[in-house]
Amino acid sequence: MDFLIFKAPMLMVQASLDGILLGILFALIAYGMALQWGVMNIINIAQGDLVILGGYIAYTMYLAGIHPAWGVIVSPIIMFFVGWALYKLVINKVVDRDLFISILATFGIAIVFQQLMNFIFGADVVVAQSEYGTTMLFDNSVTLPNSKIFSAFISVLYAIALVVYMKKSRLGRAIRATAQNARAAKILGVDTEKVYAATFGINAALCGIAGALISITLTLHPYVGLPYTVRSFMIVIVAGLGNLPAVAVSGMGLGLFEEFADYILGTEFRIGAVFMLLVFILVYRRFKLSKKREYLK
Amino acid sequence: MVKLKQKDLILYSGLIILGLAAPYLFSAFKVQLTYLCVLIVLAMTWNLQGGEMGYNTFGNILFYGLGMYLTASVQVGMFFPLAEWTESGGEKTFVHTTAQYFQGIGVGLLVSAIVPAIVAGAIGYAILGLRGHYFAICTLGLGIAAGEIAGGIEIIGAGQGFTTPPFPAEIVDTEARGKFFYFLSFALLVGTFIFVKYIYSSRFRLILNAIRDNEDKAEAMGIQTMKYKIVGWMCSAFFCGLAGGIMGGLIGYIDSTDVAFDGREMGVFMVLMAILGGKGTLWGPVIGATLFHFFKEGLWTLILGWQYVALGVLIVVIVVYFPEGLMGWLREKYPERFGEVIDEKDRKAQVELK
Repeated sequence: MDFLIFKAPMLMVQASLDGILLGILFALIAYGMALQWGVMNIINIAQGDLVILGGYIAYTMYLAGIHPAWGVIVSPIIMFFVGWALYKLVINKVVDRDLFISILATFGIAIVFQQLMNFIFGADVVVAQSEYGTTMLFDNSVTLPNSKIFSAFISVLYAIALVVYMKKSRLGRAIRATAQNARAAKILGVDTEKVYAATFGINAALCGIAGALISITLTLHPYVGLPYTVRSFMIVIVAGLGNLPAVAVSGMGLGLFEEFADYILGTEFRIGAVFMLLVFILVYRRFKLSKKREYLK
Repeated sequence: MVKLKQKDLILYSGLIILGLAAPYLFSAFKVQLTYLCVLIVLAMTWNLQGGEMGYNTFGNILFYGLGMYLTASVQVGMFFPLAEWTESGGEKTFVHTTAQYFQGIGVGLLVSAIVPAIVAGAIGYAILGLRGHYFAICTLGLGIAAGEIAGGIEIIGAGQGFTTPPFPAEIVDTEARGKFFYFLSFALLVGTFIFVKYIYSSRFRLILNAIRDNEDKAEAMGIQTMKYKIVGWMCSAFFCGLAGGIMGGLIGYIDSTDVAFDGREMGVFMVLMAILGGKGTLWGPVIGATLFHFFKEGLWTLILGWQYVALGVLIVVIVVYFPEGLMGWLREKYPERFGEVIDEKDRKAQVELK
């Protein structure tokens, strides 16, 4: 095998570190997806576009002369209201319906978002410069942008904050109760409509954080939302709903897979590899379950 | 064979005459009419999965794109080296003669019908074991992955695209190209319609409906559901591949993600058209595709730049407010016309129950 990555072991270290740091970010998006899937039983195809929108908010701040890292605070606040509005406009009409309806409806939302972002921010690939510099490891053979370390740190911080919030706060308990049994929660006086709106808002806020972090670590483009949706969907089906450690681990696993696929297959097949991995995971689980004469539910 | 009633006979012969006369009547819109035929074929074949079988696929675009690449590759590869053609403007150095062009496209279309059907059969067992939204997302991933992968393969033009052979220059009639592709797509449309109509009158459709309504029970009744699901998908793939092959020749340029595996446009269009018309009906996709096409072509130019926003809004509105489509709405309103007898007493009883 004459792949570069097998000749230079340092590249492996590089890819692994990159992959893990990236994976933590993916896990954050996936956590939002697991939340809304578990609570509202909808699959949001527009998830990735919410991420990109969050990223553009941070990028706008960068253009205005504010450091884009502040985006991790501003972006979720704005995105929470975007999510809330989206719920009130469309999502509340698809919550109790067939999952395919929610997939198609959010697909429509995704197209609208992509186009609006294309109009407002242009079709160029942009990046917000954080100017955090890079860390050199192992005799300068592994370079690690500090922005990636920062983004992983912020992701972990927000994830912990969210877990604590879900455990302790009144709204968090209401959300968990609704996820377990919406009808019973309703009978016991939980305003499920509000809970749903809040859940969707929190999910959008998580996307906002992730987007702001992506704007300084990776690149932004109006049409790259769908891969983030698929990544988070993949992480959720591997990890299961509401299992946060598993979400983190499979997020990192996906990050590792992507970085290695990038080196081995070439960058042009990176996104293709992500989508193929989705197909393989689903098919693998289908065969595993069909031995027990069951299917993915 | 299907026995036609006299009323139907008049309708069908009228439509066929209209179809044959259309390129002469609306000479300026031949390309649009070709698009319409292809859109109807895509909507009708999608309806076989999404409407009849209850498997909402986003993956039929895979066969469409595959057919497109296959037709063009075969048409070029039969006479000239494919790699040189795609590398740098081979269409300028190598010129198809008239005979070569038609031979090429004939064999190419044959391949583009058979290979996607085989592919559907090969991946069918793995993919069709998934159900509901997992199937939808999996096929969505499959379609996009195919686009991304095709965009990285050098021999079919990679990211810079693939120019399909130009129409032979020896034919001086400027109308000939448009007519050729129109009649090709019209023939495909007629073939697809007859096939789907035949399926609608057969036991096969009942089995597909049984799978849609309750797959476990269908299996318990002794139907080998997997076999029928795969055959159904292969039928769709066959016609989707042909549609893709014709489209590739008509457009004249194949790009991996924007023309061939165009999940963002064609892939969504076929779902939308079938739902708009009413899934699970014979005429629904036809009407849906026609309405959609007129709407699209009529409005696209008025709202230039905003068409995708309009498309997204349209998807949301149709899906949220009209999930049953036009035929479903008509059925609700005039059930007698669909051969449904309504027991007034029963209906009253049901109203009281509510």
